[in-house]
Amino acid sequence: MSDETGSHNDVSENLPSAHGGHSGDVVKPDPFANPGLPPHEYRRQDIDEKAAKHSERVVAGLFGLSMLGTIGFIACFVIFPVDKIVYIFPFGHVSALNFSLGLTLAVALLGIGVGAVHWARTLMSDEEIVDERHRADADDELRENIRQQWITGARESGFGRRKLIRTTMYGAMALVPLAGVVLLRDLGPLPEDKLRHTLWSKGKVLINSNTNRPLRPEDVAVGSLTFAQPEGLQESDEDFQQQIAKAALMIVRLKPEDIKDKQEADWGHQGIVAFSKICTHVGCPISLYEQQTHHVLCPCHQSTFDLSDGARVIFGPAGHPLPQLRISVNGDGNLVALGDFAVPVGPAFWER
Amino acid sequence: MKKLSARRRHPLAALVVLLFALAATGGLYAALAPAPKAQADDSAQSLAITQGKKLYSVGCATCHGTSGQGSTDGPSLVGVGSAAVDFQVGTGRMPAQQPGAQIPKKKNIYTQAQIDQLAAYIASLGPGPVVPTKDQYSPAGADAAKGGELFRTNCSQCHNFVGRGGALTDGKFAPSLKGVDPKHVYEAMQTGPQNMPSFPDTTMPQDAKADIIAYLHEVDSSSSPNPGGFTLGTIGPVSEGLFAWVFGLGAMIAIAVWMAARTSKAKKS
Amino acid sequence: MSTTTESPSRRQATHPGERIAEWTDGRLGLYKLAKSNLRKIFPDHWSFMLGEVCLYSFVILILTGVYLTLFFHPSMSEVVYHGPYAPLQGVRMSDAYASTMHISFEVRGGLLVRQIHHWAALIFIAGMIVHMMRVFFTGGFRKPREINWLFGWTLLFLGMFTGFTGYSLPDDLLSGTGVRFMEGAILSTPLIGTYLSMFLFGGEFPGHDFVSRFYSVHILLLPGLMAGLLTAHLILIFYHKHTQFPGAGKTEKNVVGTPLLPIYTAKAGGFFFLVFGVISAIAAMVTINPIWTMGPYRPDQVSTGAQPDWYMGFSEGLIRVMPGWEIRAWGHTLVLGVFIPLMIFPLVLMAIAVYPFVESWITGDKREHHILDRPRNRPVRTGFGVAWLTLYFVLLIGGGNDIWATHFHLSINAITWFVRIGFFVLPVLTYWITKRICLGLQRRDRDKVLHGRETGIIKRLPHGEFIEVHEPLSQQQLHVLTAHAQPRPIDLGPEFDENGVARKTSPVAKLQARMSRNFYGENSAIPKPTAEEFEEITAGHGHH
Repeated sequence: MSDETGSHNDVSENLPSAHGGHSGDVVKPDPFANPGLPPHEYRRQDIDEKAAKHSERVVAGLFGLSMLGTIGFIACFVIFPVDKIVYIFPFGHVSALNFSLGLTLAVALLGIGVGAVHWARTLMSDEEIVDERHRADADDELRENIRQQWITGARESGFGRRKLIRTTMYGAMALVPLAGVVLLRDLGPLPEDKLRHTLWSKGKVLINSNTNRPLRPEDVAVGSLTFAQPEGLQESDEDFQQQIAKAALMIVRLKPEDIKDKQEADWGHQGIVAFSKICTHVGCPISLYEQQTHHVLCPCHQSTFDLSDGARVIFGPAGHPLPQLRISVNGDGNLVALGDFAVPVGPAFWER
Repeated sequence: MKKLSARRRHPLAALVVLLFALAATGGLYAALAPAPKAQADDSAQSLAITQGKKLYSVGCATCHGTSGQGSTDGPSLVGVGSAAVDFQVGTGRMPAQQPGAQIPKKKNIYTQAQIDQLAAYIASLGPGPVVPTKDQYSPAGADAAKGGELFRTNCSQCHNFVGRGGALTDGKFAPSLKGVDPKHVYEAMQTGPQNMPSFPDTTMPQDAKADIIAYLHEVDSSSSPNPGGFTLGTIGPVSEGLFAWVFGLGAMIAIAVWMAARTSKAKKS
Repeated sequence: MSTTTESPSRRQATHPGERIAEWTDGRLGLYKLAKSNLRKIFPDHWSFMLGEVCLYSFVILILTGVYLTLFFHPSMSEVVYHGPYAPLQGVRMSDAYASTMHISFEVRGGLLVRQIHHWAALIFIAGMIVHMMRVFFTGGFRKPREINWLFGWTLLFLGMFTGFTGYSLPDDLLSGTGVRFMEGAILSTPLIGTYLSMFLFGGEFPGHDFVSRFYSVHILLLPGLMAGLLTAHLILIFYHKHTQFPGAGKTEKNVVGTPLLPIYTAKAGGFFFLVFGVISAIAAMVTINPIWTMGPYRPDQVSTGAQPDWYMGFSEGLIRVMPGWEIRAWGHTLVLGVFIPLMIFPLVLMAIAVYPFVESWITGDKREHHILDRPRNRPVRTGFGVAWLTLYFVLLIGGGNDIWATHFHLSINAITWFVRIGFFVLPVLTYWITKRICLGLQRRDRDKVLHGRETGIIKRLPHGEFIEVHEPLSQQQLHVLTAHAQPRPIDLGPEFDENGVARKTSPVAKLQARMSRNFYGENSAIPKPTAEEFEEITAGHGHH
């Protein structure tokens, strides 16, 4: 890569010159040798007492500022009520207490920090010091010494010789943690068929989550989206969260001719279809329903299901369709379930 | 209220609603229309429809057909109701610049009077949701906490927990609700514009809609408090993480560079 | 280094502080401990303070965390909210959520402490990543520091889960969605998934137990482990003494810098206050995790933009871009669509964790290293590091695909596909590009050594030729640019021995030799200038 063409003596300007007049005559052993620590240079503060005094005043001023910050913090704590909202550009309508406490605390802390660092940078000696390193590993003599100690100890224990002791000790040690494992048994019940069943059963009325009243077919317009839960489930129930986590229902109405899947149409009522609101991927409440495409998207991981085609997965990480609930109308004209979901709702699992 | 909703299921209810709708539209028009022409209500109504049809032929007929029957470029407008017109035109979504999966909002070029005329014309094509009155969508007196629960059940999955909007499939999105006229929020729930599903009065009663509007007013108006300070868009941890990296860690590194930098030497000056 | 001289007549301690020190020394051997540590040398470089950012954030997390425990109720019993925040009045919620609302709206300064805690957590883990990458790219993990590298990595790993459990405690709609995801992920485990889920949640999701269980994990188990590891990490830093960049006076056998007392104490001590001050200022001005806007958790409610905190973002990305594979056979379901990303998640982190051991195996390098590498001089390692970061950030993009979609007007499906392809393609691409850049920089170093620094001054020679004046480098610069070793790759010797018989070489040794060629071979290093080359060019007057 050195392909200069100049053949003049002056061209040496184009090259790094060797140091200290060595050029040409003496061959240096290593031109890249470590030059050693450069001589220490003094700062203004080291030689000019006036500059040092100035630094001292700055540091003291910063520590003083910190004190003011803490006093301000206490003052703000006392002055501002906890619910006081003030408008501060550009932050908006913020809590006066949070804003003032945070900033005064920041001043108190930054005062100390900047002061200490400025002190270190301008007044403490900045002369670099060299310290030796030592290898981590032992020399041969120590290694041999330790080896002998170990062998002596091992021999005296008889560990290698008395195999019965060794084997039983391993056995005992391996078994004893089982006591701890067994203790974890009561962390929770066994799964049994808990994940297979929901509150839905034959004849259960679909209750509109918004109004807490039974849902009727004529309420549900084409293109609308409604959420329903089984009758009898109250928000105040002890197990409401567990039940709604499985039973939450999403009701849409499609034009019967738009439904591509025959079973979907059969399981619905005049184009009204009820699907589980719980995503089959990892259980987010899915319901980003696009009424023109009939696609429903999960906000967590973007699994997309086609509600006009048996809630088939058309994009994303979900592995199987949303379960559909078979519905009909009872004698009072309310929508009812014709049974529980045919398959478990929510995320897939081994026994599914 | 309960009685009313029970009666709404009566077969004649649609007719009554239609009558109300016509009356309401006419009334609204009468209230807003320029005063000089003192005419009877029904003639004002028919005048509005005539005017609306003219506006329609210019701005809408290319896609929606000469009499609102729809075409390959635009859906039928029979039965969408005046509320849909008021929303779509009032927010500037219609007339669309080009057909597409999602028509974004833009500057509205019509006056409210013209929108009302258009709405009157479309409403005359078939019964549909009616432009709400102020006391229907006013947040005053509504229960914001109830609205919050309804919002989290029905709306936040697309529009985010304080209505900042979110992504849908294939580039479509649920728009931000910040600064949207409560009337338009109400109409959107009623009519289900574009890919948004509708939330008709039968499944989400009027007072529930008002509760939702009250909740939005409480959390997402320009005077809503954000006690913790600057909100970073209230879109969740992504913006918080970005902020922590850029400004949090950025500040730490700047300080570290300052601390490790050499203090100026006496010789240099 | 300070020395203690044993004086026959011991000087009487006069200052009260000294008397306390004497008292302690008599019991704990304080002076012997101080002997090698009080004037311990610490090299000064800004990038050596990244670890301190993490240390101090951790201390801040402990301080603010203890305060928060005084007010937080780790309970999922249901209460009806009657606090000052109007849009939630009358809403049913867990006690955990209600007490977090209480901290945010009724405890004076509670919101500030909460925000400091959360911001410190985000900065803590971001700091750990950057600190880790500094150590990685400069080769600071090499012998004798491999164990400390593992300690640091484990701190990162535990830090992520401490963060996740803490984020889940308020039981708000956002974090509850995250816990729900976790439940779904656990369910995907073959054979034992449902059992694990039942045991973790004390029954069906969400149950009434997970907040109190996460609480003890978040405030006791994980921070306890981390505090222990952190102490060990610091002790090892003291023991090994800090690494240093090549430079004048710096060798493998020494450490050059400023002493612990006073400079480093003042700077590091001051830095604690600076870190705390910056985080306080951020917490004063910028909202984090406004749980009041999210509402209490209900398994049938959700908000779009459901994301974990950033440090879990790459695992979220893995989950989001995975195709929905499910294998059903013999009445069982193998949920690969969830289980594969669940397994790749630790593997991504493991890849960087085991790197030091892989590298030392490939290179066969068993020496101690205290002088740091310049990243350009180890193109393969630098390339691998950049590839790993690329993978990490591609997955982060995948984890926020809905936010990028709305903010840059893109299709969420297109972003997902970009990440699916980018997951495989981009790390390879960035590895290759980085290696090229490193080699280019090595060439530049070589040119600079041989021909000096380009000054930008154009000179016209008497006969009319123009040349650019090159300024020779200082001895220090010459040293820095040539200090790195350029080892030869492992040579297995000829395939056949002198008798023409094929030599037996184990496939492992062959692989090692191949990797070593890749690491140190001619494709990964521009030969640095030799003394002869240098002498020839510099000494030569007109005959080079």
